[in-house]
Amino acid sequence: MTVLVIADHDGKSIREDTLKTVTAAAQLGDVDILVAGKGVDGAAAAAAKITGVKKVLVAESDALGHGMAEAFEALVVPLAAGYDAVLIPSTSQGKNIAPRIAAKLDVAPITDVIQIVDASTFVRPIYAGNALETVKSSDAKKVITVRPTAFKPAGEGGSGAISKIDAGAGAGAGGAKFISEEIVKSDRPELGAAKIVVSGGRAMGSAEEFTRVIEPLADLLGGAVGASRAAVDAGYAPNDYQVGQTGKVVAPDLYIAIGISGAIQHLAGMKDSKVIVAINKDPDAPIFAVADYGLVSDYKTAVPDLMAALKKAGK
Amino acid sequence: MKVLVPVKRVIDSNVKARVKPDQSGVDLANVKMAMNPFCEIAVEEAVRLKEKGIVSEIVVVSIGPAQAQETIRTALAMGGDRGLLVQSDVDLEPLAVAKVLKAVADEEQPGLILMGKQAIDGDNNAVGQMLSALLGWPQATFASKIEISGSSAKVTREVDGGLQTLDVALPAVITADLRLNEPRYASLPNIMKAKKKDLAVKAVGDYGVDIAPRLTVLKVAEPPKRAGGIKVETADDMVAKLKTEAGVL
Ligand SMILES: Cc1cc2nc3c(=O)[nH]c(=O)nc-3n(C[C@H](O)[C@H](O)[C@H](O)COP(=O)(O)OP(=O)(O)OC[C@H]3O[C@@H](n4cnc5c(N)ncnc54)[C@H](O)[C@@H]3O)c2cc1C
Ligand SMILES: Nc1ncnc2c1ncn2[C@@H]1O[C@H](COP(=O)(O)O)[C@@H](O)[C@H]1O
Repeated sequence: MTVLVIADHDGKSIREDTLKTVTAAAQLGDVDILVAGKGVDGAAAAAAKITGVKKVLVAESDALGHGMAEAFEALVVPLAAGYDAVLIPSTSQGKNIAPRIAAKLDVAPITDVIQIVDASTFVRPIYAGNALETVKSSDAKKVITVRPTAFKPAGEGGSGAISKIDAGAGAGAGGAKFISEEIVKSDRPELGAAKIVVSGGRAMGSAEEFTRVIEPLADLLGGAVGASRAAVDAGYAPNDYQVGQTGKVVAPDLYIAIGISGAIQHLAGMKDSKVIVAINKDPDAPIFAVADYGLVSDYKTAVPDLMAALKKAGK
Repeated sequence: MKVLVPVKRVIDSNVKARVKPDQSGVDLANVKMAMNPFCEIAVEEAVRLKEKGIVSEIVVVSIGPAQAQETIRTALAMGGDRGLLVQSDVDLEPLAVAKVLKAVADEEQPGLILMGKQAIDGDNNAVGQMLSALLGWPQATFASKIEISGSSAKVTREVDGGLQTLDVALPAVITADLRLNEPRYASLPNIMKAKKKDLAVKAVGDYGVDIAPRLTVLKVAEPPKRAGGIKVETADDMVAKLKTEAGVL
């Protein structure tokens, strides 16, 4: 089988989501990788080094640089003719483009795959992760989004051949125009890739309090910051911090939930974390049912105490 | 402008789904059902656009069992004008749903399709993108803000890392994210009025599209359970456990 992975990258480097998708792809067959965007030399070079990658296809246009779904469709649909499967990380961009490509290929997309059973059988979570569905696809070609938290990142050590390809008819992006982007720059690790995530919930009560309480703890631990939907809806934290069924799915080594009740939709995004810590003043909060270590306490005293204890322990 | 709003009847978001003992699926017998929350947001947005005078007619469509008429009625009570149930007693896959919706769109010729980004049962997050591809229309997924002016829509999208703003020429498909709006509750008088609104029922076969399944569900299993944890008394105990027992610090 030959598999095309569509890379998630920032132009200069390849995101870890992509490395994990390559691991899934390698379970199916030979892997080529498509690096599409604008100004992607760094990412292409990094892609060539991923273990197991045979070929790196590079396509550049403004529309691809802005992630326009119509441009990706126009580029990938003809390319897919040469592959048995197209795998895409299940990021917001992957979710945006994969079904569009699948529909054009007349293929049923299989989204958020967490396990590859065989070449046509896959496991994916449904109902906010309360059930795992095993599906067998009868489509000759597969279009799959891969849930990155379920796979280990592919290593470095490959020497794939880089070739430039035509960006295709999609350069114009058919009726959709990019206007602007507000991407938050942060020195913290990416939420999806961080080893430690510290998340705050509605209990924070304000954006100032969220920043004052959650961020220093995350920074002390070198972790990323997450949030519940309630905290995001209330404007305490930006939208892309949301962890859950409809936000980001994370599975760090350590997840610390502070003032989060533990609704099923939130659990869907973090219950595969290795170790879960919960700080909540309500001893009956459902978050304690999944927490390895719970502390029943007001965060206002618990978080400073925790920071002091961490510093004492050499953090 | 006419807006088409596809809505899905799903398990109520407050109910925890339970897997059937024979692993053939999720048990929906006697479970509370409701309109998919993201579809509610799409309906609300359509109603707001109508209140602003931008939209003249809201057509609500659902593909599903006879009971999905209740879901359509809910949307009509929120402010939809007319409903269409495309009845199918088997669950259709997103690709088939997209094909049926394309046939409906060909018939209705809406200027805009507003729908949810994701149905909380299958969590596919796929139909909007597929429908837009099949129609050859531009798409704007995960919308948190929509401004319509003339023949295009300016849409702010929730993406990894922040927000992106696109301008899409109409007709287009826009899928709603959680923060687009807060759906209203239908008032009792509006619920009564909705009972008299036009709700057509067609059979999925009437559209003559290929709805054959491409996926066979081999089993539906429960996810592995987390072993219950412990409660610690102090922050110092917590750090000690994380260091020595869990080894994550
Ligand atoms: C379609 C849909 C999709 C959704 N998707 C998501 C999603 O992706 N992610 C998500 O998170 N949610 C999602 N939700 C929302 C979810 O159902 C919950 O409403 C949300 O997770 C609640 O957030 P919270 O825990 O911060 O707030 P609450 O449930 O209000 O919990 C606040 C907690 O803080 C505790 N607390 C209060 N004060 C203190 C204090 N001083 N010290 C310590 N603890 C304190 C309280 O005891 C309580 O447990 C979704 C809902 C729907 C319907
Ligand atoms: N059976 C259906 N009938 C009408 N609309 C649907 C149906 N299934 C999905 N949709 C629409 O597609 C959106 C995304 O669903 P999905 O891709 O299945 O997660 C939903 O929010 C609905 O707007």
